Amino acid sequence: MIAIVDYGVGNLFSLRSSFKAIGADAVFTSDEKVINQADRIILPGVGAFEDAANKLKNTGLGEVVVNEVKNGKPLLGICLGMQLLFEKSYEFGCHEGLGLIPGNIVSFKGKISTELKIPEIGWNELTLNKESVLYKGFSGGEFVYFVHSYFAECENKYVSAFSEYGIDFPASVETGNVFGCQFHPEKSGKVGLEILKNFCEAGDVI
Amino acid sequence: MITKRIIPCLDVKDGRVVKGVNFKSLSDVNDPVELASFYSDNGADELVFYDITASSEGRQLFTDILQKVASTVFIPLTVGGGINTVADFDRVLKSGADKVSVNSGAIKNPELISEAARLYGSQCVVISADVKRVDGVFRVFSKGGREQTELEAIEWIKRCVGMGAGEVVLNSIDTDGVKKGFDIEMLDAVCNAVNVPVIASGGAGSVNDFIDLFKRVPRVDAGLAASVFHFGEIAIPDLKKELKKNDIKVRI
Repeated sequence: MIAIVDYGVGNLFSLRSSFKAIGADAVFTSDEKVINQADRIILPGVGAFEDAANKLKNTGLGEVVVNEVKNGKPLLGICLGMQLLFEKSYEFGCHEGLGLIPGNIVSFKGKISTELKIPEIGWNELTLNKESVLYKGFSGGEFVYFVHSYFAECENKYVSAFSEYGIDFPASVETGNVFGCQFHPEKSGKVGLEILKNFCEAGDVI
Repeated sequence: MITKRIIPCLDVKDGRVVKGVNFKSLSDVNDPVELASFYSDNGADELVFYDITASSEGRQLFTDILQKVASTVFIPLTVGGGINTVADFDRVLKSGADKVSVNSGAIKNPELISEAARLYGSQCVVISADVKRVDGVFRVFSKGGREQTELEAIEWIKRCVGMGAGEVVLNSIDTDGVKKGFDIEMLDAVCNAVNVPVIASGGAGSVNDFIDLFKRVPRVDAGLAASVFHFGEIAIPDLKKELKKNDIKVRI
């Protein structure tokens, strides 16, 4: 069973439907026991970093997730959920994340040409950067759907794929059993469903 | 590099697609769910659904259909039509929409934009504007293009973006339905005025019209059309191949 952590942010309809479409057993939960029992965890998220980080902290769910991950359970953070995996975000101030991956979340602003629009909204290409179970059967050049104004700055060794938007930024990251996608796999058509399916099978190979 | 998006638009009335399409591969050309899957499998980057129903029964039916579409199609979905309150946003977002497009509702009450952006984020608030030249001025029209307003289009769109709209759909009434190409001049003016994605609507008649659009207005992000796709005059996979040949970045 996959536990999709429900901590009150974002629209989860498509995520639920995607797992249904690939035949995976996924539940929305804010219950610690369910997260403990799950085989895998999804950390979704849309909106502002500070608000989401506070909610994870205040509900205690952030700590629950971190403990499970330390025990080896695979975790996939999606969009803001990926950003929350990092140490800090500089979105409207400086806010602490879960600290599961070393690195910071920074704005595109000032780093890319002013000709490019912020947020980046649309389909962008994956350039694979290292072997990843998420991209089993992929050869690079696949398109996925992004909506974001901030991105992760981290060491190359954590980046499983890059995309280019004025600069190369991490489209996805991973270290051990911790995975993150800046894009929305649940909105990325067949490619996205394939990535979710690969994550569902990830525990078997880690 | 980010791609240019191609977006078919479907008008839904009482649970059925109006001006149904004539693809031989579809058993029910007026079924929104079947059509959405077809487009998703055939290169559409996103889908726009306009609810042109007037009755509340029709609204409920629309929400049910939206849920079915969002359960089977995994590309971004934008919903418009009859969005007048934050409760309308809530209803369609909970049914699987990713973005909500407002038009007359925002003209009546501009605060709707800032309120929705605050609650759901700018990324899901789309301002859709129907614009026509009146005495040399770009004027905003409401109620599906039937009623002229006092609003000047560029100022209005800038104001909406300032209040939190994260994307603009610009529908030129002057070129709509004529099938002689998008309104390059109007699109250029809007693209130069705002720094959020702009979706061009109104006037697509051929593959060349899309090439022309992306070449002449490089800042435009997407081309939206209805009948040329529905009637099979342009197949999206063919369109994308031609765009690619012309060095326009698309998702293939």
